[in-house]
Amino acid sequence: MSKTKLPLSPYYRSLTLNMTVAIIVVSFIPVFLVGSTIYYNFYASYREKVYAHLEELVEKHRQQIDAFLVDKLADIRFLSRNLGYANLSDEAFLQSTLASLQRNYRPVFVDLGVVNGAGQQVAYAGPFKLTEAVYTETDWFQQAMNKEYVISDVFLGLRRLPHFIIAVKNTINGEPWILRATIDFVAFNDLVENIRVGETGFAYILNRRGEFQTKPLIDFVPSEGCYGHFFDCEKELNDGVTIAEREDDDGKENIYVTALLKDKDWLLVYRQESADAFSDLRRAQFISVVIFIVGGVSIIIMASMLSIRQVGRIKEADRAKELMNEQVIETGKLASIGELAAGIAHEINNPVAIMVEEAGWIQDLLEEEDFARSENLDEFERALKQINTQGKRCKEITHKLLSFARKTDARLQEFSINDLIEEVVSLSEQRAKYAKVIITPQLDASLPSIQASPSEMQQVFLNLINNAVDAMERQGGEIVVASRREKNQLVIEVRDTGPGIPPANIDRIFDPFYTTKPVGKGTGLGLSICYGIIKKMGGDISVDSTMDEGTTFVIKIPVREEHVG
Amino acid sequence: MLEPIVLLVDDEAPFVDTMTKRLTKRKLTVFKSYSGEEALETLKENSQIDLVILDVKMPGMDGIETLKEIRKEFPLVEVIMLTGHATVETSIEGMRLGAFDYLMKPCDMDVLIEKVNAATKKKRDHEEKIREARVNVILKARP
Repeated sequence: MSKTKLPLSPYYRSLTLNMTVAIIVVSFIPVFLVGSTIYYNFYASYREKVYAHLEELVEKHRQQIDAFLVDKLADIRFLSRNLGYANLSDEAFLQSTLASLQRNYRPVFVDLGVVNGAGQQVAYAGPFKLTEAVYTETDWFQQAMNKEYVISDVFLGLRRLPHFIIAVKNTINGEPWILRATIDFVAFNDLVENIRVGETGFAYILNRRGEFQTKPLIDFVPSEGCYGHFFDCEKELNDGVTIAEREDDDGKENIYVTALLKDKDWLLVYRQESADAFSDLRRAQFISVVIFIVGGVSIIIMASMLSIRQVGRIKEADRAKELMNEQVIETGKLASIGELAAGIAHEINNPVAIMVEEAGWIQDLLEEEDFARSENLDEFERALKQINTQGKRCKEITHKLLSFARKTDARLQEFSINDLIEEVVSLSEQRAKYAKVIITPQLDASLPSIQASPSEMQQVFLNLINNAVDAMERQGGEIVVASRREKNQLVIEVRDTGPGIPPANIDRIFDPFYTTKPVGKGTGLGLSICYGIIKKMGGDISVDSTMDEGTTFVIKIPVREEHVG
Repeated sequence: MLEPIVLLVDDEAPFVDTMTKRLTKRKLTVFKSYSGEEALETLKENSQIDLVILDVKMPGMDGIETLKEIRKEFPLVEVIMLTGHATVETSIEGMRLGAFDYLMKPCDMDVLIEKVNAATKKKRDHEEKIREARVNVILKARP
């Protein structure tokens, strides 16, 4: 702890705290409001954009998959109708048909088979040895017998590989027969697997029982039944694309975009983690949070620094005020002491006058012959003289006290300093003449008038001139009172050719009650009163003295601009 | 010159009494008053009074008011103001109103006598001039 700062009092501490809190609250509220409004709007529109994009993506793929299935179905129906049972049941012909299909459509069709009404495969073309296979028990066969055509769910079947079947029923001679084609799972899977967005976005297809119809990118087990419980089974699903956000078992928020396929048999599901889908939003959120925190921290730092500094200033001002109050009280005390002293002085003056008169009367009586013979006459006279002298001394003291306490008229007036100097000089001339001192004014006639108290200024010059006359009383001399202007100051010099002030005393001449005059001659207040008056006006008084050459008092009074010229 | 006839006015009775004794001893005729009102009464009754020595600070009618009354009713009577220091301004004001001079209390007897004599001389000279002027008027009136 190198700093020895005084701990703040509770008042200033709570002031600092209040100020800090006020600044923080006032700064934070707009930042928070603006920030959250902008963020909310950005969030809403960005979310809308993401949703729209995903909806479009899923819708496009739904159409594509549906189109794929319809195409393939159309192909098989075309074959079934145009080529007929007779041709197709010929295995060689079936082989060539499959080959031509595979040429045209790449290896989408894995195999072809012709099944009779009993579920017995009559002819087969493809990589597996399934010629004699019986499909009586399979779902797709039973469905196909009731409907004109069927597209099965994906299943493993006899070959133990995931695949699905397109079967088309036709009749020949009243007997139903079925043309069956196996669609390559990989080719179909590609249609869905190609839907990839971001890092976690992928798609898959579910059937009504909630079984995968494609291989999902991420291995997971959807809950069984009703499209994996994506939606309420009771509710009829609409044809369009549906978007929902829900939490997974592992607690991650996911977006699910779903669309029904294949006559509402299948559900195309697009799944993406919300965090991934809204990664830009998250980044914006992160940046704004960082900005908010950094801004907040700087606001807090600024607020506390500002408050501490302000409170410091307030404290300083309070202390100055307190000090000033003390001074005012002190001044008031001095003033009342002065008034008291004046009252006492006045009251004492009358009894002293009576005492002196009584002494005078005794002296008068002593002059009569009856007392002339008294042997103690000399003593009487000496004592009376002493009473007289001391009475006069009392008078001196009371008069000085009265003149010190006497209030001068401190009201400000505008007047010419030169006129005032001339007046004071003429007042002092008579006294100066007795002391063989000549007073010469050297005044600059172009001086502006000043705003001051004339009686105070009179007091200043009378004091300075009287002091100069006193100093030169023995040998006589000259006093020059010169006025001139320097920039925006009036400079008045009172120069005398007296004995000068000894360097040891020069620092103390403006101190109150400092005097070099014999006891009872000076009060030591004259120059300190001058100093007080000039300083109060915002001016300056200084002294320059050389022993045996003289002393110069320099008074500088500021001229206010409106009085210039 | 006939000794001056003086009226001494002050609310401090001991001061007035002693001063009266001292002045009387110096062959002056002295009347005493202890207030402004009393002073005017005394002046009315004794027209021979040359000079009033008047204290400035008195309860009731103060020095300045008394002076104004004296100047109005007895314009030829001279007035010397007696003052404590704090009332010097008042004394200056008094001189402007026609007082002959002012003295600070306690005052030196010789100075006081000097001023009293001067004031009396002035008053008597003035009276003399008036008398001469009247004589001249009367003489000229005769054919």
